[in-house]
Amino acid sequence: MSHPLQPNVLTRPKIVVGLGSCGIAAGGKKVHEALVKEVSKRKLDVDIDETGCIGMCFREVLVEIRDPKRGSFIYGDVTPDRLPRILDEHLLAGRVIPEWLARSDELPGSEDAFFAKQKRIVLRHCGVNNPESLAEYQARGGYAALAKVLQEMTPEQVIETITQSGLRGRGGAGFPTGIKWKFARQSRDEIKYVVCNGDEGDPGAFMDRSVLEGDPHNILEGMLIAGYAIGARFGYIYCRAEYPLAVKRLKLAIEVARRNGFLGERILDSAFSFEIKVKEGAGAFVCGEETALIASIEGQRGMPRLRPPFPTTAGLWAHPTSINNVETFGNVPWIILNGADKFAEMGVGKSRGTKVFALAGKIVRGGLIEVPMGITLREIIYEVGGGIQGGKAFKAVQMGGPSGGCIPAALIDTPVDYESVTQTGAIMGSGGMVVMDETTCMVDVARFFLNFTQKESCGKCTFCRLGTKRMLEILTRITEGSGRPEDIPMLEELSEKIKKGSLCGLGQTAPNPVLTTLKYFRHEYEAHINDKKCPAHRCKKLLTYRISADKCTGCTVCAKNCPVHCISGERKQVHVIDQAACIRCGECLRRCNFAAVLAD
Amino acid sequence: MATDTPQSTRPVEFDAKPVQAILLKFKGEKGILIPVLQETQDAYGYLPAAALEAIAASTGVPLAQIYGVATFYAQFRLRPVGKHIVRVCCGTACHVAGAERITDAMAQTLDVAPGDTTGDGLFTMETVACLGCCSLAPVMMIDEETFGRLDEKAVRKIVKEYRTES
Repeated sequence: MSHPLQPNVLTRPKIVVGLGSCGIAAGGKKVHEALVKEVSKRKLDVDIDETGCIGMCFREVLVEIRDPKRGSFIYGDVTPDRLPRILDEHLLAGRVIPEWLARSDELPGSEDAFFAKQKRIVLRHCGVNNPESLAEYQARGGYAALAKVLQEMTPEQVIETITQSGLRGRGGAGFPTGIKWKFARQSRDEIKYVVCNGDEGDPGAFMDRSVLEGDPHNILEGMLIAGYAIGARFGYIYCRAEYPLAVKRLKLAIEVARRNGFLGERILDSAFSFEIKVKEGAGAFVCGEETALIASIEGQRGMPRLRPPFPTTAGLWAHPTSINNVETFGNVPWIILNGADKFAEMGVGKSRGTKVFALAGKIVRGGLIEVPMGITLREIIYEVGGGIQGGKAFKAVQMGGPSGGCIPAALIDTPVDYESVTQTGAIMGSGGMVVMDETTCMVDVARFFLNFTQKESCGKCTFCRLGTKRMLEILTRITEGSGRPEDIPMLEELSEKIKKGSLCGLGQTAPNPVLTTLKYFRHEYEAHINDKKCPAHRCKKLLTYRISADKCTGCTVCAKNCPVHCISGERKQVHVIDQAACIRCGECLRRCNFAAVLAD
Repeated sequence: MATDTPQSTRPVEFDAKPVQAILLKFKGEKGILIPVLQETQDAYGYLPAAALEAIAASTGVPLAQIYGVATFYAQFRLRPVGKHIVRVCCGTACHVAGAERITDAMAQTLDVAPGDTTGDGLFTMETVACLGCCSLAPVMMIDEETFGRLDEKAVRKIVKEYRTES
């Protein structure tokens, strides 16, 4: 990891606790509290600080010791009970505790492979800076890019630099950012807007949340540069209301930036003035679509409208508006400071720079990663992610959430760039990457996403509103064992029509999870429909439960809890399930204390 | 919740002061309907019909349109909620980690369907699309606290703890 630790600026050790949402969820606040207590008990001469997401979610709670001489040491799985030993051995006796060490500058740590292939641009300060400190942001080059554009560059030069860098929209669609800014600049209007799309709605994605929580000033700076480039005075950050910590840190960063002259009138003594407001979303996935997002900021139901006119011509309150994703803005200050060429050096083809992914699912090292474009899925899953949990077989990786698809094991050497991923039938998407193993049923996954899009369809277009509902019904009956052979062609036909008949990305991409699973895992659909079997043993209603004569102790727990009383047997005798009466609820399997109930 | 209907019987003790203060705060701004509804919900715990009427009267936005917005977004509730709000995550990572079992266990333990409030008014149970703590899957939140790596037993134990506290 290019971790700008700058231990030389420290005069005494600093202990930093990772307090992003996942750190807090894993108990980070309790560790922080205990740390304060233990440090004062020992009268240690150290600073205590906090930071955002370090990325190693799988090792939360993370505590980093930054030593002025020896550099950084990150301990994983820290609990309040483990703190005394860390303080006594590491800080007082100077002895590193290798078995708890995740990563360090000095010794090999257990998670070095997690960082080896990463390249951190957007996440360069996440897990390093205190996100609530402007001074730390500035100490690492913060707002220098803004100063550079205001003092040395014309808006056209800024747009040219961004275009040259090859930066494309990181929300998923991949539209070239420089071109979007150019369109917005060319639109003639007194009032223009910059909007930051932080309505991260894909289930299984938390990139934007981590960036907003971990480095809010970086996003403000990116928006300021965009404002200067297109000639806007106002910016909105549309942030999910489900991210209270991100909202809090953004509001604080805006206030601090304003007090220090980075926001407001005549910024850094230039002629450029800019204001940013946070708008909290209210829970509607469709608002990630830009025209729906605009409607939502305007206080209406978040329903998309026909494009053109594109928002760069007529957006928020009919004024030209450039809407970019959080991660896109996160790249901008780095590109300005380091140059377009440096950015374009990374990546392949038309996909330059890096991409942030939220790696989750059945993976050993799940967390937040940033990798150069063009890296293969195999490298991400097996090297960065450490492979599949429990040594199970890798089956597929889901990219792009409800708009994306499942890429099968056979295509694991696909390079991660916009074009190659699209070729598989999935999409790059905003960065959700959910890894699935042999125990995941692909029909069930398709049903899961359709259930989501069907609920989130805004209802404007008939094909999306009703088509997704019909598809969900078909998928549900397949997973429940009532699938019919004609269901597969019906799903394909509906998919095609929904794609064609929907106005916005939600409907146009909603069939993707079904189409990709049909393409790569058709045999699983056929097994469900023809053999009434779920190959992954996942679909409850397709399982047959039986009791192993070797393992059953005759404890009668299953029989007592069976809701339809279809299990018979005397106490201390092997029990038997009456298959004809069994409703396949699985209660016996859950209740059995001897693993004697088998399902297949 | 989108399927809610506004309370037909207005609580007699409806206090209009909070909503009036919120309306005053946003007076004259553009695009305020959603933030006004958000703050109103924060103040009352839900969106009482009388508060929606007050918002309509003050902003000039037709009540039907306000109702349309309030039912469009998942965040808004037209019915009072329990003391604790339970949110079981049904995101992709949680789904593949068995979120369905957690949802079932919670519904069974509380004896309510997702979206409903327990008879004693202690818990409202909801399912949500993603809490963003995917590496701790399956996950749920009770109020502001997150619980990760759950199984059925943990669910029953956590609920018991909340019940004992109350």
